[in-house]
Amino acid sequence: MILTLLVAVLLSLFLLFVTIPVASLFLRIAPEAFIRSLTEPVVLDALSLSLVTATISTVIVVIFGTPLALANARHDYRGRDLVDTLTDLPIVLPPAVAGIALLMAFGRRGVVGQYLDLFGIHIAFTTVAVILAQVFVASPFYIRQAKASFEAVDRLYEDAARTLGASPWTVAFRVTIPLAWGGLISGAILSFARALGEFGATIMFAGNFQGRTQTMPLAIYTTMQGDLDAAISLAIILVVISFAVIAAVKVVTRRKF
Amino acid sequence: MKRSTPATLVAVSLLIIAGLLVAGCTDTQETPGDAVTLNVFTAASLTGAFTDIGKAFEAENENIKVALVFSGSQDLRTQIEQGADADIFVSANMKHMNILKDGGFMVDETVAQFVENCLIMVTPADNPAGIEGLADLAKPGVKLVIGTKEVPFGDYTRQLLDNMAADPEYGEAYRDAVMANVISEETAVTSVMPKLTLGEADASFVYKSDISKDDRDKLKRFEIPSKYVTENPIYPLGVLAESPHKAEAESFIAFVRGPDGSAILTDYGFDPIPVGK
Repeated sequence: MILTLLVAVLLSLFLLFVTIPVASLFLRIAPEAFIRSLTEPVVLDALSLSLVTATISTVIVVIFGTPLALANARHDYRGRDLVDTLTDLPIVLPPAVAGIALLMAFGRRGVVGQYLDLFGIHIAFTTVAVILAQVFVASPFYIRQAKASFEAVDRLYEDAARTLGASPWTVAFRVTIPLAWGGLISGAILSFARALGEFGATIMFAGNFQGRTQTMPLAIYTTMQGDLDAAISLAIILVVISFAVIAAVKVVTRRKF
Repeated sequence: MKRSTPATLVAVSLLIIAGLLVAGCTDTQETPGDAVTLNVFTAASLTGAFTDIGKAFEAENENIKVALVFSGSQDLRTQIEQGADADIFVSANMKHMNILKDGGFMVDETVAQFVENCLIMVTPADNPAGIEGLADLAKPGVKLVIGTKEVPFGDYTRQLLDNMAADPEYGEAYRDAVMANVISEETAVTSVMPKLTLGEADASFVYKSDISKDDRDKLKRFEIPSKYVTENPIYPLGVLAESPHKAEAESFIAFVRGPDGSAILTDYGFDPIPVGK
């Protein structure tokens, strides 16, 4: 009895702690002010830049991450544990650390950047830098999920396909990936959400310029210091997107293949 | 497992509640007694100067601690409006101080302009873009870092560019070309210097006080012709109406404007405005 009460109290406290700040966003802006903010260039620029870059980043992560996850799930090669650790690193690495590290590597005088500079290729403080920062921080969200999904696919089906004469490529594309589909989609959605919310690495590596590198989180940070309504409106848009992400993941993972 | 589950759950829950209670009861105010802590919200450009002034003031006043918060003036103003506890606000332009005065946050009689600064243009010492003067900032491909339009040094930069646009020698095309060369807008002037010294930016507009003695050989400075400057940056400071330590705050302000504070400010490149002016 007391135990149930205790758990109920703790649960309610925690739920309030999470819900009240989110609800406060909606309570602190009048609907007309919100609609008005949606037409402001700073809001529209940030919204379109965020959606475009996050989509491109997710596509890159999926293209590069799927073969990596498949290889790590199915083959035990020397150094696999090291590769696993390295691909997991961006999840634990603080974004500010990622930002300064990317700058040291690809900045104009960076370890790699100084050579790219000779060819006139500038990465830091461009939209490409936004995408690179997002790929860096969001990739583990997909790769870990993909690897777990591939591992969950019963080898029996793959072996059966092989006995029927399928090549490894066909097995991967017609058996393994379709069976892991739910997990892959949810991993990609989470990766998209992480890329959308990236702040620290972006502001340090890509800078803060409306339309080119000022993503929604950066726009919230900048406009809050001048136009609170625009900041709250952007925050609300991100909350709505976040809810959509969670709902999408739930819907996709409920369908078991 | 079934036997010990309720016991461990109760123990863990009690620990969590105890932790919350302790956190809630921790006194975040200064300890009762003699020690007073002044929260001084200061414009980022004064980071070096006020750190030294804070230490000098603490050395002369044993029971007062100076806690300095540095950020862009617009950020500090927003924090104060949102309820942050500050005793003194030091802004890099009158605009943000006036907003707080209009909002009833300041003790108006204590607000005074205490120091002048001036905007300059700087490039890294090796000058990768070969800038020889203000006109070169419009060259295509130059990477410029300026402030956002809300932060004082960004506001002063835009005023300067507007004045230059009004002069036929430069014109509107110049200002548009310069703004097209901006690669990033910073919310505090202290974020600009690293980009210059790292070589990410070819040029920037900062305050003359931002070139510290250590940075002097890392940067090249270019003066701005005074005919394009409508008003030099002037910094006001004042005591917050809700400060519980107004007497100590006023004695800190007196120290800043007195001979010791003025000497430190001059050393950092500012021009103190004498009291009574």
